[in-house]
Amino acid sequence: MSILAYNGAAIMAMKGKNCVAIAADRRFGIQAQTVSMDFDKVFEMGPNLYIGLPGLATDVQTVHSRLKFRLNMYELRENRRIKPKTFMSMVSNLLYERRFGPYFVEPVIAGLDPKTGEPYIASMDLIGCPMETNDFVVSGTCSEQMYGMCESLWEPDLEPDDLFETISQALMNAFDRDAVSGWGAVVYIIEKDKVTKKMLKTRQD
Amino acid sequence: MMGEPLSDYKAPVQVHFSPYEFNGGTILAIAGEDYALIATDTRLSQGFSIHSRESPKTYPLSEKTVLGCCGFHGDVLTLTKVLGARLQIFEKDHNKPMPTPSVAAMLSTILYYRRFFPYYTHNLVVGLDEEGKGCVYSFDPVGSYEREFYRAKGSASAMLQPLLDNQLGGKNQQGVERQAMPLKQCVAMVKDVFTSAAERDIYTGDSIIISVVTKEGTKSEQFPLRKD
Repeated sequence: MSILAYNGAAIMAMKGKNCVAIAADRRFGIQAQTVSMDFDKVFEMGPNLYIGLPGLATDVQTVHSRLKFRLNMYELRENRRIKPKTFMSMVSNLLYERRFGPYFVEPVIAGLDPKTGEPYIASMDLIGCPMETNDFVVSGTCSEQMYGMCESLWEPDLEPDDLFETISQALMNAFDRDAVSGWGAVVYIIEKDKVTKKMLKTRQD
Repeated sequence: MMGEPLSDYKAPVQVHFSPYEFNGGTILAIAGEDYALIATDTRLSQGFSIHSRESPKTYPLSEKTVLGCCGFHGDVLTLTKVLGARLQIFEKDHNKPMPTPSVAAMLSTILYYRRFFPYYTHNLVVGLDEEGKGCVYSFDPVGSYEREFYRAKGSASAMLQPLLDNQLGGKNQQGVERQAMPLKQCVAMVKDVFTSAAERDIYTGDSIIISVVTKEGTKSEQFPLRKD
């Protein structure tokens, strides 16, 4: 089994009208054995910037703390908030530094531009090759299922409430067909002046 | 001086035989109250090349029974031939076509007879049962089978199945009573989900054939998908 699927995860991000959403499951397991159901995989990187890290749980936490360090250094040096696209380059650079001994995470980034409020989403492979899209990005052990759901449910210019419903349904129904992800979920709806965090109760099997 | 050690030694020639190929294709079946629906794409591919854009994977077995079959096309051809022959024998013996539930039971035994050299095929049998209700039977390649309300099989099954869970099974929707979908709405949804699958799966595309079995017989329609 791939080391990327050792702990199991499902994360996706979607663009809406002047808003973005990022959602993740909450399971931490070791192969088929579930260890906990309150594991964080989505991290706040600024008031309007979030990163989701599916993959090997130990690397999820390492990459998160090393990114937080680099981000703090950037913001101290520049004395301003980072742009999502710049942050994406920072993540990409961090991962590519380990080109031949990679961190086993495939990040998803979602945020709004700190000045313009322009929605931004991107995903990346484990060595930092980025992919920016205008609709949605998915990453994790049930990416096929997530693609199937997103491709059918997503539509352009969704309002925050509809975006929440869309991303929640897409994520829940996708990970219910995956044995190593699920066990609850968390959804962040990111708007210019408000971020809403919602916990989803889902089936526990 | 000694020459190259064991210079005359040659490793024994090993011949490899790989009897299977994957030819893609996706099938989807839904059982309604008085109808059964089965849809397949019409692409036949191997690796990065497309053999045919006009190769449906539905096989009418009788007035009221249709088989959906994909995986290794060689095995698909053999299996449909064997199944066709067995059904013809049954009809001659009993002076009536085999009922759909019996076709499913027989297919299971045909598949299991090849337990240790299986037909590499994903199968769905749809039709009407003895009460005239729509039925869908899904199979694994070695004959384990189950009657279900809806099922996606083949290369894009992982993309289609969760959406069916949601839209037909009412999964993750609170206060929604699961009820059979009217045929028209069903056909529209099938077109939608296949269009989505064709967007991401290279082994699904070109067009779909939707066959609907009712007590009047089987009707088919074609719907285009992206061809790249």
